[in-house]
This record gives sequence, structure tokens and C-alpha cells, in this order.
Amino acid sequence: MTDVVKSLRNPLILIVGLLVAWQLLYWFAGDIAMRAPAATIRYTANLLTTDTFWVHLSESMRAFAAALAIAVALGLLIGFWLGLHRFSGDVLEPTLVALYSIPKITLYPLVLLAFGLGMPAKIAFGAIHGIIPIALFTINALRNIKPILIKAGRVLKLSPPEMIRSVLFPAAVPEIFTGFRVGFSLTLIGTLLGEMFASQRGLGYLLMTAIGLHNVDQIMAVTFLLVVFAAAISTVLLTVDRWLHHRV
Amino acid sequence: MKRITVYRVLIIAGAVLLLELLCLIGIIDRLTMQPPHRIVRDLAVILTSGSLNSAILKTLTNASIALALALVAGIAAAVVLHRYKALRETLDPLFATYYAVPIFAFYPLLIILLGLGDAPQIMIGFMLGVVVVIVNTLNGLDRVPLVLKKTALIQRMRPIETALKVMLPYAAPYVLTGAKLAVAYSLIGIIGAEFIMSRGGMGYEISFAYNNFDNATMYPLILLILLVSIAVNGALSRWEKILLARRGQG
Repeated sequence: MTDVVKSLRNPLILIVGLLVAWQLLYWFAGDIAMRAPAATIRYTANLLTTDTFWVHLSESMRAFAAALAIAVALGLLIGFWLGLHRFSGDVLEPTLVALYSIPKITLYPLVLLAFGLGMPAKIAFGAIHGIIPIALFTINALRNIKPILIKAGRVLKLSPPEMIRSVLFPAAVPEIFTGFRVGFSLTLIGTLLGEMFASQRGLGYLLMTAIGLHNVDQIMAVTFLLVVFAAAISTVLLTVDRWLHHRV
Repeated sequence: MKRITVYRVLIIAGAVLLLELLCLIGIIDRLTMQPPHRIVRDLAVILTSGSLNSAILKTLTNASIALALALVAGIAAAVVLHRYKALRETLDPLFATYYAVPIFAFYPLLIILLGLGDAPQIMIGFMLGVVVVIVNTLNGLDRVPLVLKKTALIQRMRPIETALKVMLPYAAPYVLTGAKLAVAYSLIGIIGAEFIMSRGGMGYEISFAYNNFDNATMYPLILLILLVSIAVNGALSRWEKILLARRGQG
């Protein structure tokens, strides 16, 4: 019980602190720039009852789910290939790191020209943000598996698929999950950015039109929802992540 | 090592060549992408004619300012947080979830607060970069061996002196890891903000060229941004390796 209280205390202090800072900033900046926390929450609650909002939300969620699925599938594939095949890994890993460091936002016109406006471009833009971190974490996870586990697998004459399923994957899962957590956030950001620049639907589009119309209520509400959503999911993933790391 | 480098160069060269071929045959049409040799030539033309120099200079200056601010503020904040455990524990959940939040969503707010000039863009670049510097610096500070801290105590160093002469030099490689990421983040921040709403800079020029199907401007600028970020990143990686090798960890 005391553990629960303890683990909740810091986030609660933080949330209260952020709300206070928000209110102070509002008093400083005024109505032209932003809304107070209470007004934002009220407007958000209103927004949640409108039908159009749910259309945009489901569009965003579908794009995000598809992007995440692609990022995880390709990230794991590349990660397992480069992590298990030493030479390919040595050749290609620095290239992956270099690709990870480039500002992918500059590639958005390229993605748009290749995929056209709409759903496929959003999905592609989200996925390219997520693939590389998942791959890099998977490579590291596989390389840091204790050799004795792999030897045990060999002694038991496991076939390669069996080896992956019952030795490599379970041993690497905590680190791979960390990669998934990072990839999750980046894919979400990528998808939203894709929607902001080139889309007729979705939360990113909603934010972008609100910016264009200087609809402060809507800017605040959408930003607030995105922050709450991202922070909530990220907290859950972080808890699972810590649990996986401490389980062993 | 040698053989690996050769293969790496071959693979990258092969990828560029493949792209060139696809463009020349017409599988990738002209409106989608120029062949790589044209992009390089157009980049040379843009750079020698100097037509976009002001835009390039603006973006790189803003990114450098954002990066410098992120480094100074990030390292200072990390030193303070390292001393005050309670504050650090309170802020930990914020750091852990920070990068899951789309910072660009705050851009309109910043424009209203700071005006449609360079300031909100620099602020976005700073906000994206600062947390990764804090987290990595803290990670380095956590690893300072007790014996070094005790030496500082015996020498009766004051807290600021200890931080500057003992703690931060030891944490330098970790700070560099943060700095590498901050380079990418500050560029992303500045260019992204320029895409969304601005009156100049490389991001603005790219999106302007994109809207006008002006591939002869768009692709060279994209290439230039990629080259700059890869070059800075490579230089920092090299420095990091030298630091680690000197410590016998490389």
C-alpha cells in the first residue's frame, strides 16, 4: 500500500505543478494566447461530445495503428537480421545510426510525392519514424544475450525458428520492449506531423486548421488531449518496461 | 575493419546508383524525384549562386542558437537536479514521457507569445533538445566514481567548482551522447517550425518549392540538411570515441 502511495506521489506533485505553471502562464499571457486549465478542460469535454471529433480521432488512430504495425514488423525484422548476422550488423548498423540522426521531417515532401496525399502518406511518415529505433534496440538486445543461453539452445539442438522463439526472443524481450516504447512515441509524433502537413482528416489536421483560424479554444483542447493521451500511454508502457526489466 | 568499411561504402554507393537508374529509366518519374546526379548539380548551383544563402544561414544560425541554449540550460539543470534528489524524483515522470508529447503542438502558442519571428522557432528547437541533454548528463553524473567525489571534498572544492572540474569532465562522453541527439532535435525543431508557419529559412523554402513543384530547389535543400546533420553527428561521434578511448573504454 505504501508502495502505491509512494509511486503515485511524484506524478501527482508533477501534475499539480504543471497545472499551476499553466495557470500562471495564462495570467501572464492572457486570453489572446491561451486558455486557463479549467476553460480548456470544459471545452475539451464539449469537443468530446461532437461527432466530427470522433471522425478525426478514429482517422488518426487508424493511421497510427497501421504505422505502428509496420514500424514494429520491419523494425523487428531488420533488428533480428542485423543482430544475429554479425557481419551484416557491423556493415549496416552505423548507417542505421546515421539515418536515425537525420531530421526525418525534411523527408516529408518526398513521402508525399511518393505516396500522394492522404492515408498512405501519413502511415509511411509515422512508420519511418518508428522503424529505426525499434531495429537499433533489437540489435543491441540480441547482442547482449548471455552466451550461455545460446549455448544451452545449441546443446538442445534447437532449430533456428525454435531458437528464436524459445531462447532469443524471451531473453531479449525487455530491451526490445524499451525499443517499442521509444518507437511508439516517435511513430505517434510522425503520424501527427504527417497529418499536420498533408491531410484532410485527423487530429493533426484539426490542430493545423485551428492554427490557421486562430481558434485558441480548439488549439488548447487538441494539444491538451494529445498531451494527456501521449503521457498516459507512455506511463503505462514505462511501467510494463520496468516490470520486464526487473522480472529476471 | 577494413573489409567492413569497403562493404559499407559499396552498399551506400549501390543504393545511390539504384536510385539513379530508377530515375533514368523512368520508374520514378521526374515530378516525384530528380536523379541523384541532378540533385548534386543543383545543390552546387544553389550554393555557388548564393540565391538561398540567407535562408540557409537563417536556419543554421537558429538551430545553433537553439542547440547552444539546450546544452547550457540542459547541463546546468542536470547539475542542479543531481544535487536535489527530491526535485529530480518529482520531475522523472516528466522526462520519461516528454518525448511522447508532440512538442510542435505548442508552436501556435509560442507564436502568439513570442511573435512570428525567429524566437518561437528557436524555442521549439530548444524545447526538443533540452530534455535529452538533461537525461544524458544525469546519466553521466550518476556514474562518477565515489573516489573522485571524495577527492573533491578533500580539496575543499565548492559545489560549482566540483561540478566544473570533477563531475562534468567525467560525464563528458554521456553529455556528448545527449549533444548528438540535441543536434538532430534542434534541427528538427527549427525546420519543422519553418514548415508549419514562418517567413523564411530552409524549411520554408522546401515547403515553398514543394508547393510549386520546384524539385530543382527542393531536393538539393533536403540533401543539404541531411549532409549537415550527418556531418555534425559524425564529428561528435568521433570526439566521443576519442574521449572513451582515452579512458580505456573504447
